[in-house]
Order: sequence, then structure tokens, then C-alpha cells
Amino acid sequence: MTDPRPAVRIASVDKIFRGRKGAEVHALSDVSLDVAPGEFVSLIGPSGCGKSTLMRLVADLDQLTAGEIEVFGKTPEQARKDQDYGIAFQQAGLLPWRTVRANIELPLEIHGVDARGRAARSDELLELIGLADFADHHPDQLSGGMKQRVAIARALAERPRLLLMDEPFGALDEITREHMQNELVALCKETGAAVIFVTHSIPEAVFLSDRVVVMSPRPGRIKDIVTLDFSARDEELREDSTFYDGVTAVRMLLHDGAADGARGVENR
Amino acid sequence: MKALAGTRTVLAPVALGVLALALWQALVVAFEIKPFLVPSPLGIGGAFVDTADHILDAAVQTGLNALIGLGIGAVTGILVAILANALRVLDRMLVPLVASLAVIPIVALAPIFYAMFGAAANTGRQLVAAVAVFVPMYLNTLQGLRQVEPVHRDLMRSYAATAEQVNRMLLLPGAVPYVLNGLKIGSSLAVISALIAEYFGGPANGLGIAITSSAAGSNYTVAWAYVLGAVLLGTLFYGVTAALEGWSRRRRRT
Repeated sequence: MTDPRPAVRIASVDKIFRGRKGAEVHALSDVSLDVAPGEFVSLIGPSGCGKSTLMRLVADLDQLTAGEIEVFGKTPEQARKDQDYGIAFQQAGLLPWRTVRANIELPLEIHGVDARGRAARSDELLELIGLADFADHHPDQLSGGMKQRVAIARALAERPRLLLMDEPFGALDEITREHMQNELVALCKETGAAVIFVTHSIPEAVFLSDRVVVMSPRPGRIKDIVTLDFSARDEELREDSTFYDGVTAVRMLLHDGAADGARGVENR
Repeated sequence: MKALAGTRTVLAPVALGVLALALWQALVVAFEIKPFLVPSPLGIGGAFVDTADHILDAAVQTGLNALIGLGIGAVTGILVAILANALRVLDRMLVPLVASLAVIPIVALAPIFYAMFGAAANTGRQLVAAVAVFVPMYLNTLQGLRQVEPVHRDLMRSYAATAEQVNRMLLLPGAVPYVLNGLKIGSSLAVISALIAEYFGGPANGLGIAITSSAAGSNYTVAWAYVLGAVLLGTLFYGVTAALEGWSRRRRRT
């Protein structure tokens, strides 16, 4: 972590969606946030607070209305073109006609990595996600958790220093979800990548993150940031009182203020 | 159970067909219906066997025209659909053209094509088939290209994929079921169009010419035998493309 620059710098960002007939939705208002290299930052808040929008602005999948975003000191567009980030969504989004291996290799293929280089990298990633035996299977033969693992492996294919994840475990059952969280902790330790992680789940955010950014809707803004300093993120942490303190702190922030503020948040 | 159900789906229509043919035969014999009105199935079958060589020659000629038309129509339909999907303006420009192609009986173009390419060439027939095939190929492919999921679009954008890569790796593979469905519809249209186009002139070979000339020569039973050949040719085209579609579906596992 010798790079003094933040991985992501978000400065006074506004995002207004203009619908037809001049209808406007103020999705984000004056949002500022720095993410350090290797840092895990979760965005949490009720539906409509703009947490996914903020991630999409960083990914250059949407354009901001005002303010500035830098990814490793570049514009989001340049960072996207340079493949500085990997991305995963709630839907795994695997191509059904490609095998697990070919899905993981998709970004490498697009960027002109030769067949040998692709095979070597997908071997590593298949090993990393524990699906080496499923390399030649098709997505329809995988469980939801396995598909999501493949999607994460695909996001890691280019060894990005930044991972953007939009509720990647949102569609999984609770047991699979905790299992995937443990794996993600291990993956992050191994890759040293910074992560921006969008979630609805308070325990998930607290368990995974160095910082939890609590957001509020209409217009979406940052309400407060909870810093968590756990020595280890393992199964014992889930039973630890410091973990519950973190969950309580985030929950208090979410429930504070307007009575309908916490709608859409899952307290699990 | 599955084998039994499969047998049943094959046996039921075959049984109905045999029953209908038997009834047809019985009616023709019982009421002594003249062949120029309706020949008996056995009579048609006999004529089919007797003229099998000629029917095969004619079917090969018509089938070749249909196949060439199918190829030209399919390739242009797919290419124009890719362009129209990429360029909204082109799509909007093509809407009235495709709509008019869909309602005009395309064989009506046959005499014009004969005038353009000469009555001695099969080009006119092949083009009639190609124009007929173009419409379902274009519409189906375009629909398939537009079935892309937003998450896949976001992914390709995040990879900074070029338009060519998006087409080759995402849109076209995703459109394959639609393209093959278009090909299945187009295959029947190709045979029908190539055959009907023969009624309007052109070189004296093919099933359509054979049907008209046999009927004109009062060989009604033989004319019906050629019709049977046309039915078999159309079934062959449809069967091959339907099998291709089924094979692709099993292979894609979607």
C-alpha cells in the first residue's frame, strides 16, 4: 500500500436522472468519499438512496451530473478502458452458451490475451474459487452460489486493484451467503484489491468492511460513516460483541431520522 | 413412459393420415370419380413410382433454386439485421420496406426478374426465394439481437468491448435460437416461392413447370405425383432446419 493516491476519490458528486416530460430524480446529492488502496468500503441504505448509482458512476456505466470522480487518479472512463476495476452484479450474468472456464476467460479474450495465457489464468482462478472440477460445465448446471463465484472469478481475471460489487450475494440463501462472505474476505486478503460493496444487509456490511457508508434517500446522500477495526474476520467474529456493536451502530444510523428511512433494509 | 409418449406422438398422426388416404381411396372407387377431378391415392402412388426419375430431377432443380435463395436470403437478412440493430436510423428506414415485402406476394416479382435476368436463367427463381426468405430472417434476427440482458450490456461496457466484439461474443450467440427459427420459417417459404415462380415462366425444368405441363397435357395423375414430390421437398427443407434448431437447443442448454 505504498501508493499514496486513493483508489477512488469521489468529490461533491450529484446525479440527476432526467425522465420524460422533464421529470427529475435527484439520485445523489453532494456525495464525497475517498477509498484507500486495499480498503473494503460498503455502501448501505434503503432502496432509492443511490448506492448502486454511486457504484455505477465509479464504473463509468452512468454519467455524473456534477462533481468529480477519480479512479487511481484517472477519469472513470479512462479507468474503465484501462481495466482498472473488476465488477460483479446481483445477477451473475454468465453467458449460458459458454462453459465456466470460457465465462471466466471472457474479459481476457476481449482484451486479446492469447489462449495459453487465458488458460493459465482461468486455471488459477478456478482453483481459487474451488470450482476446478466444474471448468467444463455450463452455467445451468451450477447452483446460485457457484454461479456467483464464477462471476467473482471473472471480475478478478484482469487482477484489478479495485473491485466493484453490487449486491453480489443478494440473491443467495443465508447459509450460502455467509459462506461466500468468508470466501470474499480470503480473496480480498489474497488480492489486496480495494472494494466498493453495495448491500442491503447490515451484518454483511459490518462483517466485510473497514468502513460502512450509511446513505439516506431522496436525495441520496451520505448520512454517516462507521469505521470498523476488527483484528480478524472469521466465524468467531460473527459471535463477537464488537461485531454486534458495529451492527447496532449501523442500524441506529439507518433507523435514525425519518420513520420511513430504513425501509428496504434487511436486518439480518 | 417417454418412449411410449414419443411413439404415440408419431403414431397418432400417421394413423390419421393412413385413415384419410383409405377413405379417399374408397370414395374415389365407390363413386367412380374421374382422375381429372381427383385421382385415387393408389393411382398417384403408381404414377410417382413410374416417373420417379423425372420427379427427382425436377425436385433437384427446384430444391437447388430454393437452397440458393435460402442462403442468399438468410445471409442478407442476418447482415441487414446486424446493421439495423447498430443504427437506429437504418432500422426506421427499413420498417416500411420490410412491411411491404411482408404483404406483397413476392412471387408476383417473378415475371419482372425473368425480364431482368433472362427467361433462360434460374436467377429469377432464386431471387424470388431469397426475397421471401429475407423477411422472416431479418425480423427474427433483429428480435434476437434485442433480447440482450441489461447485466450483459453493463458487463461488456465495463470490459470496454468494441462493437464488433459485442456482436460476436454477446449479441449473435444470444440471437442463435431466433436466427434458426427464422431459418425454419424461411426454408418452407424458399421451396414454395421457388416452385410458384416457375408458374410464371423461366427455363423448362423444375417441379412447378412439371406440374403445369402435366396438367395441361391432361396427365392429372402425373401432375399429382409431382405435387407429392413438391410436398416431400418442402418437408425435407423444413425437417432439416427444424432438426438443426432442435440440435442447437439441446447443445446450448438454455
